[in-house]
Amino acid sequence: MSKSTLTRRGVLRTGAVAGAGVALPTIFTSSAASAFTNEPTGGTVTLGFNVPQTGPYADEGADELRAFELAVEHLNGGGDGGMINTFSSKTLDGTGILGKKVEYVTGDTQTKSDAARASAKSMIEKDGAVMISGGSSSGVAVAVQGLCQEAGVIFMAGLTHSNDTTGKDKKANGFRHFFNAYMSAAALAPVLSKMYGNDRKAYHLTADYTWGWTQQESIQAATEALGWETVNNVLTPLAQTDFSSYIAPVLNSGADVLVLNHYGGNMVNSLTNAVQFGLRDKQVNGKNFEIVVPLYSRLMARGAGENVKGIFGSTNWHWSLQDEGSKAFVKSFGTKYGFPPSQAAHTCYVQTLLYADAVQRAGSFNPCEVGAALEGFEFDGLGNGPTLYRADDHQCFKDVLVVRGKENPESEFDLLEVVEVTPRAQVEYAPDHPMFSGGNLGSCNPGA
Amino acid sequence: MFGLGKKDTTVFVVVIILALCAPFILNPFPGNSSLAQFNAGYPDLMQRFVIFGIFAIGFNLLFGLTGYLSFGHAAFLGAGSYAAVWMFKLLSMNVIPAILLSMIVAGLFAVVIGYVSLRRSGIYFSILTLAFAQMSYNLAYSVLTPITNGETGLQITLDDPRILGSSATADGGIPVTNLFGLEMRHFTTVDIGAWSFNFSVGYYLCAAIMILAFYVAVRIFRSPFGMMLRAIKSNQQRLYYTGLNARPYTLAVFVISGMYAGLAGGLLASMDPLAGPERMQWTASGEVVLMTILGGAGTLIGPVLGAGFIKYFENIFSKINDGVLHSWFAFLPDGLENFIVTLVHPFVGKGWHLTLGLMFMLVVIFLPGGLVEGGQRIARALRRGKSEDNGAANKASHEPAE
Repeated sequence: MSKSTLTRRGVLRTGAVAGAGVALPTIFTSSAASAFTNEPTGGTVTLGFNVPQTGPYADEGADELRAFELAVEHLNGGGDGGMINTFSSKTLDGTGILGKKVEYVTGDTQTKSDAARASAKSMIEKDGAVMISGGSSSGVAVAVQGLCQEAGVIFMAGLTHSNDTTGKDKKANGFRHFFNAYMSAAALAPVLSKMYGNDRKAYHLTADYTWGWTQQESIQAATEALGWETVNNVLTPLAQTDFSSYIAPVLNSGADVLVLNHYGGNMVNSLTNAVQFGLRDKQVNGKNFEIVVPLYSRLMARGAGENVKGIFGSTNWHWSLQDEGSKAFVKSFGTKYGFPPSQAAHTCYVQTLLYADAVQRAGSFNPCEVGAALEGFEFDGLGNGPTLYRADDHQCFKDVLVVRGKENPESEFDLLEVVEVTPRAQVEYAPDHPMFSGGNLGSCNPGA
Repeated sequence: MFGLGKKDTTVFVVVIILALCAPFILNPFPGNSSLAQFNAGYPDLMQRFVIFGIFAIGFNLLFGLTGYLSFGHAAFLGAGSYAAVWMFKLLSMNVIPAILLSMIVAGLFAVVIGYVSLRRSGIYFSILTLAFAQMSYNLAYSVLTPITNGETGLQITLDDPRILGSSATADGGIPVTNLFGLEMRHFTTVDIGAWSFNFSVGYYLCAAIMILAFYVAVRIFRSPFGMMLRAIKSNQQRLYYTGLNARPYTLAVFVISGMYAGLAGGLLASMDPLAGPERMQWTASGEVVLMTILGGAGTLIGPVLGAGFIKYFENIFSKINDGVLHSWFAFLPDGLENFIVTLVHPFVGKGWHLTLGLMFMLVVIFLPGGLVEGGQRIARALRRGKSEDNGAANKASHEPAE
């Protein structure tokens, strides 16, 4: 009998404890006093750099991280100031942002949406980051951009090339400096027409995620407008490392151009496989078999080695550009790390400066005010010529480079040559273009 | 209490206390100290601790009791996540229907996969479940893209219908997940001296569900049904010879276990409304096996500990970069500092897998019973010391006076 009494008392006691525990969070429901998420109150401000350190885009991620470190150094007055000196907006003076010293935290996205979001969340919730930047994979960028919108911080997209990032998945708190798949196709098509003619049969291998889809869609539309025929489009998993089984069917498809909608490690492997299968030495339909890589980078060219010679593609920026901004950036990056920066590094560096400048001009870290300062912002001196941050979709508009793998490289970094600088007017499109429709910026979210 | 034995009650009370006081326990270092790097008391990670705790508890019901090693449990986690996100897209942002549907979907999944896989045992069962999980992963990744949005992952958007809610909030944002208006992402920070503690609504919901899930698991462990499952583990042949058909029991526990995984997936989506295919990948399935073995398979609290251990490594160790290392060893002379940083570098940051692997090896070699065995050994050593002191008989239990 006594046993049952004890049980009852125990039930009551535990119930009370549990009840108090459950009620605990509701006691403190009054919101914190800050006006927006992670308002910096001390003498420092924390930025979060979320890049792939493992997975197929790890090379790009490592270079992005270098660029972020360099940007933070320059913002805090270290080094030679880099592109701060050539930037058309003169608000940055090497005293941090709004007088606060810039600090940063890093994370590994693992090129997975889930891991990237967990990493970004810990930056926002634990480290108090007021801006998240990074990317290198549009799937990750789209996922993290969505998170930043919900959490009320600014997302300055790094290397993300999918139309969706500023298309159907665009968000008010997200901004992209990098160009996109549509622009690549628009810039590349005239060059392809000139080099390879208008009577070609194309076979597409496409990375199976948002970037690959939109890249393939864009290049298919642009080449079909020239008169090309699309023979087939095969989707390949992002984690794929051996593409032989995808290359073999190309040989018998009757196609005379292979379009590799691959990036990073994917492209290095698929191009190497394609060359090993002797595709480039083949004659099909009486023409030389050609390979096109819509999105190129020097890191990929280095990975693929000899195989990139003579292959066309597009790029956002290249270190051999001779404008003042590019020269200043290449110089300070080269001094610090001993080799020239990649386009991924460039866009991340630029995004960090653009964010800092927008905060200076807005006079606040509040995401809504920073966003307003970035919208419709026109600037120059950051390596791409006159550039516009369009307010309608938070996409930057600037010239696009068409490049070709160099036949006789002079150094291990001199792998690409710029064939043509496609002017901005030629790659512009309406905000409601069908490839970008379906999305909605929504309204900016300051969180808190 | 609650129909639990004395010992189970103790464990249960410990779990409750741990779960409710986690914001304090996980933030032992003041915010401005250099050790703050090791604090884990922020909402997202705390939520992951308990959610993966639920996942591991469920896995342990199957693996710990029957010995059937499922290598495809992540499929249920992923299916649950997708179900929950679809519920947010179509019905409302309330988490209750989402969590219920995620359990139902995962349960149905488990019935189908279990019905086929449980025709074999041992390694063949493991391979079958692995094959099903990889199949689900590949389907989610490419073939079922209209339902799963492929690699990008399924997200909620402004133009979802949400029949019982609004498509967008008044100021044009995407509505957030809530429990009858209580927003999951809401949290309050309480500053006490140099410490700051985060109390998150989402975490306490997860913790409450985890406590419930733990209680149900204990009841299953101690029930006649649980006894039957242990019989299957010890000798299935003998069970058949005594005229008992084991398969309904294994299928039942497989489905229960799958529903636990679905519950965890639904909670993950409720805390952060996104579901990606990598939740179904074999690495995710392997992770829960590691959690359970690391903590102690077949024990009650082991899987929860193992889940916490692995998630801690994944989120805290992976964020230690060279800059942080340099700041730790800054007091050393330059040459030595660089040397030590180079030495430590492979084990932190992106090398956290390596550290975790080493820990796992050490645990498996020296503590085959997992972290729980480690705890028991320490307790035994302490008890021995104590009983020598006062010479009393082994009146070991320090339970509360229930």
